[in-house]
Amino acid sequence: MNGWWHRTWKRMLAFLHRDALDRELDAEMAAHLEMAVEENVRSGMSPEDARRRALVRFGGTQRAREEQRAARGLPFLDVLLQDMRFTLRTLRRDAGFTTVAVAILALGIGANVAVFSVVNTILLRPLPFPESRQLVWIAPPPRSCGLSCATYSIDAYDEFKAQSRSYQDVTGYDAFTSPDNFRLTGRGEPQPATGMRVMGNFFQVLGVHPMLGRLFVPADTLKSTHPVVLLEYAYWKRQFAADPGIVGKEIDLSGQPTTVVGVLPESFDFGAVFSPGSRVDLLVPLIPEYERDDGNVVTLIGKLKPGVTVGQAQADAEMVVPNLCWNVKYPRSCGSYVLKHGPSIQVRTLKNYVSGRLRRSLIVLWSAVGMILLIACVNLSNLLLARAAARSRELAMRSALGASRVRMVRQLLTESLILSTGGAVAGLGLAWALVLWLAHQGALALPLLSTLHIDGAALGWTVMTAVAAALLFGLMPGLKMASGNLQEALKDSGHGTSAGRKHESVRAALVITEVALACVLLVGAGLLLRSFLKVLDIDLGFQPDHAASIRVEYDDSAPTDQASAEKRAAIFQQMIARVSALPGVEAAGIVDFLPLGPNRAWGTPMPQGKTYPEGALPSPLVYVCTPGYVRAMGMHVRGRDFTWNDGPNSQQVVMINEAAARTYWPGEDAVGKVLMSGKTELHVIGVVEDVHASSVEAEKGWQIYYSAMQQGPDDSQLVIRSQVAPASLAGSVLRTLREMNPNQPAAEFKPLRMIVDRADSPRRFFMLLVGAFAGLGLLLASLGIYGVIAYSVTRQTQEIGIRMALGASRGHVQTWVLRKTLLLALVGIGAGTAVSFLAARGIASLLYGTEPSDPLTYAGMIALLLAVALLAGYLPARRASRIDPMIALRTN
Amino acid sequence: MADSKLDLLQGTLDLMVLQTLAAMGTQHGYGIARRIEQVSGDQVLLNQGTIYASLVRLQQRGWIEAEWGSSENNRKAKFYSITKRGRKQLAEDAAHWQRLAAVMGRVLGMAPEGSER
Repeated sequence: MNGWWHRTWKRMLAFLHRDALDRELDAEMAAHLEMAVEENVRSGMSPEDARRRALVRFGGTQRAREEQRAARGLPFLDVLLQDMRFTLRTLRRDAGFTTVAVAILALGIGANVAVFSVVNTILLRPLPFPESRQLVWIAPPPRSCGLSCATYSIDAYDEFKAQSRSYQDVTGYDAFTSPDNFRLTGRGEPQPATGMRVMGNFFQVLGVHPMLGRLFVPADTLKSTHPVVLLEYAYWKRQFAADPGIVGKEIDLSGQPTTVVGVLPESFDFGAVFSPGSRVDLLVPLIPEYERDDGNVVTLIGKLKPGVTVGQAQADAEMVVPNLCWNVKYPRSCGSYVLKHGPSIQVRTLKNYVSGRLRRSLIVLWSAVGMILLIACVNLSNLLLARAAARSRELAMRSALGASRVRMVRQLLTESLILSTGGAVAGLGLAWALVLWLAHQGALALPLLSTLHIDGAALGWTVMTAVAAALLFGLMPGLKMASGNLQEALKDSGHGTSAGRKHESVRAALVITEVALACVLLVGAGLLLRSFLKVLDIDLGFQPDHAASIRVEYDDSAPTDQASAEKRAAIFQQMIARVSALPGVEAAGIVDFLPLGPNRAWGTPMPQGKTYPEGALPSPLVYVCTPGYVRAMGMHVRGRDFTWNDGPNSQQVVMINEAAARTYWPGEDAVGKVLMSGKTELHVIGVVEDVHASSVEAEKGWQIYYSAMQQGPDDSQLVIRSQVAPASLAGSVLRTLREMNPNQPAAEFKPLRMIVDRADSPRRFFMLLVGAFAGLGLLLASLGIYGVIAYSVTRQTQEIGIRMALGASRGHVQTWVLRKTLLLALVGIGAGTAVSFLAARGIASLLYGTEPSDPLTYAGMIALLLAVALLAGYLPARRASRIDPMIALRTN
Repeated sequence: MADSKLDLLQGTLDLMVLQTLAAMGTQHGYGIARRIEQVSGDQVLLNQGTIYASLVRLQQRGWIEAEWGSSENNRKAKFYSITKRGRKQLAEDAAHWQRLAAVMGRVLGMAPEGSER
């Protein structure tokens, strides 16, 4: 073994110093021959004879040189270098071919690497926490009552943590956070910031260590404590210019002096993991005693004990649920987390929660991009075959001169590898740019996107795809070329002989494959596009265009709830009156939560005089709003909107949506009826359109609207409807708000369309990507068709010439060529459509309002493919029809 | 005439070179090739150039060493000599070869009916 290493080492040295060794050998051989000549002369030969005899006895210096190289060095590498030099030379000579081939490969490989990076980041790689496999998401099963049914109360959290046995620790965060819920003052203009309330042990459970300072400690979560805050890395850099001395400093958050206790590491991005598409700037401790009576507020995250499976944790959680109380002050609320049907609690890995629902989309994306690579490879195979036809004589000559078949295949594979390496390098550049761009798409609601980068795995994937591609597109033409009949190839002039025809049939088969693949991609993209259009067409229940929202701040602090409500009513009335008076403003109103944002439910009010079994009716999502809100949103109301008279002292009024009204009072008008919430009478004054409140694509659910003067809003978003562009209004609106409250932060003026777009963004993202890949596939397939038809026209110039000489018109010739194109395209489309039917079933769950066999999509995409194919065939057809028969017949 | 010459078995040339160097001391490539030809009585089919692959192989294994020097005619040439490890290897290989040759001799000398045994 030692000897083997020693020899390998020597061989490597010899390989590295081969030029010096070659020179030495040349000198040695020269001396050898001189001595031989001398001896021969001495034995009486003539000098010429002596030299000739010496050379014969020696047996060829080149051969000796090669024998020694093989004996001393790494013959494999020698051959490779030789092949590479040769390949680079031929490729440089054929720059047009090289450029096209590398460009096609760069697109195919680049797209693959970029998509692999996305898939790897979102789906394959574990979450960016230590032992992240032990992290689980604990929540009730999904129901249609919004976040209130997806969270737990503080009492329930405490109880769950105390009674469950499977967890090292359980933590959580406040799920009801609106963007820009904090205001940073004392540093120029008041600035909005988004802060998350997290349990004191949040970072300890996730295993995140601070970059500067410390994490939260139990003392930070007491009512009496001085407020503290942790900054996210990006916010620290942006807002505090990466001040290294920030820890320990006081900042002014929403009017409260707050101590910065630490800065989180760059690798931690709360928004990227838990609320994709929105950014989180800072984290504050959730103080349980403030929120104990607020009902369901926290989502639970647990860290399993080592060796505990998710299944065991699930069983454990189900045992605990019956003992949880919504609020221990009300013993009747104990056990209220138990559901009548199915399991009352769901434990799944945090990874599954974060990226599980994207799984299918990502796999579809991955398959689409794989198909692109396949099409690119087929295209290259085709290009190489065309080249092979031109090079068949060169190869036959080399074969005749003694090159072995293996050696020739190897040389051709080297060529493929060099091409695909070029493609991989260019593709990596492309992927890098794409990934960089994607990582900065903050509005794209995909988890972990900001952590996207080209990493080692992506590089490995690049190498793998490049090698696989090289084998895929190089092997077939290589084998085909090397297996050609020597004599025929040498005799074959390349025009109109049988070998040429055989080449052509293989190329036709390749083009058909390409067309079929492109067809599958197009149909898939078409179905996704149609779904996306259907989603855009959804009647949201409000009009997102020509409306925008801004988060407003006000101070309604007062000794009693009653006084506070009166103060708030006055502020709101004045605010809305002043904003409405601004030129261009059509309507304005305030709500605490916008649709598609956070939401909550307050149990199920019952129609007066009717009883339903418990749990038979859904809990409507609650919105607290001012007069004018529904008009600003562009929602239709039957009955009346709130007025400023629906204040704290008048009777409690509500508006409900159509769906709730239909169920509460079937066949009757709900306006004027009374709902009972416990002992409180709620007078229904209006019935509002159904709104897609929790998600664009899900069921609309139930909604109930309370007057902001009668119920305390949890937040406040001012919605303004105007035909003027929101940006041009922002200045005057903000000035008005500042005049009323100098502390109003320079919050973002968000068009409602933007909020809807954000909700649609994953679908848009996948649709655009698959669409782009389908477009690329179409382009490559049309290139393939063009190549094959153009080649066959060139090859059959003579035949066409004869036809025309015998009276065929230009039109005839064109039709003849186009018919050929059509045949290729139709066979490809036939096969592609059949495969599409199967593939479409696989993406059925990604479609919205579109059948996997949607005839319109199939017809449209087939028509598109045919049109492009005919265009690709038309160019050579036109050339064919312009052939001058005399010239064609005279030239060979 | 060429048809009647012996093709060299893989590895035999290396052994011949080692033996030649052990017998003759320091020698250049041409000298070794000539010597083998002479000793074999021109029975061996040898392209003299082949010797250089063998020489470099033996050198890499450390069984021979080489040095540039001057020949008797004052010509610059590379001279090879056997090393201590080379001699050891030669002894092993020669013994092995002789055993093999003896066995082959016996096997090929078998009488058709197996009467000898």
